[in-house]
Amino acid sequence: MEQTKIIPIGPYHPLQEEPELFKLYCEGEIVKDIKWETGYNHRGIEKLSEQKSFDQVFFLVERICGICSTSHPFAFANAMEEIGGIEVPDRAKYIRTIIAELERIHSHLLWVGLAGHFLGYNTVFMWAWKYREPVLDLFEAITGNRNSYAMFKIGGVRRDIPNAMMGNIRAAMDVLKKNADLLTGAVMDDPVIHARTKGVGVLSQQDILDYAAVGPTARASGIAMDIRADDPYAAYPLVNWKVITAQAGDVFAKAEVRLLEMYESISIIEQCLSKMEHEAEGSTAVKVWEIPEGMGTGRAEAPRGEVFHFVLTDGSNSPVRHKIRAPSYVNIATFRKSCIGQTIADATISLAAVDPCYCCTERLAVAYDLTGKRRLYTGSELLLLSQQKTLALR
Amino acid sequence: MKKEEYSKQIAARYPDHILGIEAIRPRRVTIDISPDIIRDIAGYLYSELKFRFIIASALHTRAGIEIHYHFSHDPSGFIYNIHTILDPNQAEIDSLSSLFSGADWIEREMHEILGIVFRGHPKLEKLISEGNWAEGVYPYRKEY
Repeated sequence: MEQTKIIPIGPYHPLQEEPELFKLYCEGEIVKDIKWETGYNHRGIEKLSEQKSFDQVFFLVERICGICSTSHPFAFANAMEEIGGIEVPDRAKYIRTIIAELERIHSHLLWVGLAGHFLGYNTVFMWAWKYREPVLDLFEAITGNRNSYAMFKIGGVRRDIPNAMMGNIRAAMDVLKKNADLLTGAVMDDPVIHARTKGVGVLSQQDILDYAAVGPTARASGIAMDIRADDPYAAYPLVNWKVITAQAGDVFAKAEVRLLEMYESISIIEQCLSKMEHEAEGSTAVKVWEIPEGMGTGRAEAPRGEVFHFVLTDGSNSPVRHKIRAPSYVNIATFRKSCIGQTIADATISLAAVDPCYCCTERLAVAYDLTGKRRLYTGSELLLLSQQKTLALR
Repeated sequence: MKKEEYSKQIAARYPDHILGIEAIRPRRVTIDISPDIIRDIAGYLYSELKFRFIIASALHTRAGIEIHYHFSHDPSGFIYNIHTILDPNQAEIDSLSSLFSGADWIEREMHEILGIVFRGHPKLEKLISEGNWAEGVYPYRKEY
């Protein structure tokens, strides 16, 4: 009988952009089982949200994810507007949609780059991240920030996109289209990428339904679910676009879906710009005086899939309960199906194929004792705990 | 089938266990149930009506430990919230993780933050704070 060896990936590993521990139980080159440990990025965001006013919650949830930072405020705004029965001005809908789609483009470019890096194909990494930069520059011009844009508020957006700026955005989209062609060609026609990703990390339709996986992970297995089309919000029902799907369910199919989605995003942005010109400049929000007692379930299609926010309100200015489900929470769990039986080298790209975001997955609470008066761990105690753990590792 | 008919169909199937059905907003329905049918109704929604499990949200209120199970019907964009209330002194409910693996982690998380016991869960261990927080202390429980 062959001996099982445990290969740890993480908690801190060059392969991952965030801390997370996967233990691969291998016999020879083949992964026989996987265990994972999480909690390294846990920041207590759901509990924190209950102590913030609704306006402050936007800035908090924007920091759940460092990459798709606008999808959480988007879902939260949808939930709050559902509770208050608030209709957002059309210009704000277009601006929201443009921000979300620009984010999808830069997030997909980031993933394509990382996927190339994991495969040892660093040219793709360099290209994708080079072409991502102008998108971030555009964000800086529109919102003042390259990430965490602070654009959303209940009832609309915080800043307008002036009509004078539209020419710059259109020009950037034209350049992006050419670059996307180049990158898509480089990835889709490359025999090495075909060999490394086709038939690797396959998820069947039944696996997707079983794990409730969402976004490009589901669409690459032939399930045409997309919240933008299924439960339309913002300007998505006002423009023409299509849901991209692939059938194979492997890593290549996931890359294909993401690359082709970039073209849809560019088209959505261009249509939004054209329609926005007819709306009066400056009409970007309605005044919201109060949020009544109620329950709201808001969702938005983030680059990784459906973001879901459940908010309970009691008529005050803070949530009573704010539950957040990021797409990675359900997508990461599919690793049992996609990685077991693969070689070690294929398991790493299979893990990366769902575009995992560990920050999104962990948002629990600061623990208090049962009287609610004393925190179980103070800052200095946590520091001590960390020092003890480090010492134990030596 | 029309979306409104799902509510009627569900109501007709569990006449004694449905405490209320409310269409709170367009495309949003809340169904109050008694906790003993959760496994049955979740299996019906998932297997027969082809609903997708989104997530479950749990909280502690004066009424008890409340759980909202969120299901999505993607072709129509509807969200069905299946709502049930447990006794805080005996917070137990059937696990859904044998029906669909998507319930595995969230049940472990709810166990961790509120001390709910999910009967039949294959591995009811802490999900996020393993090895770091005190045993038997549930940060989302409140004192009433």
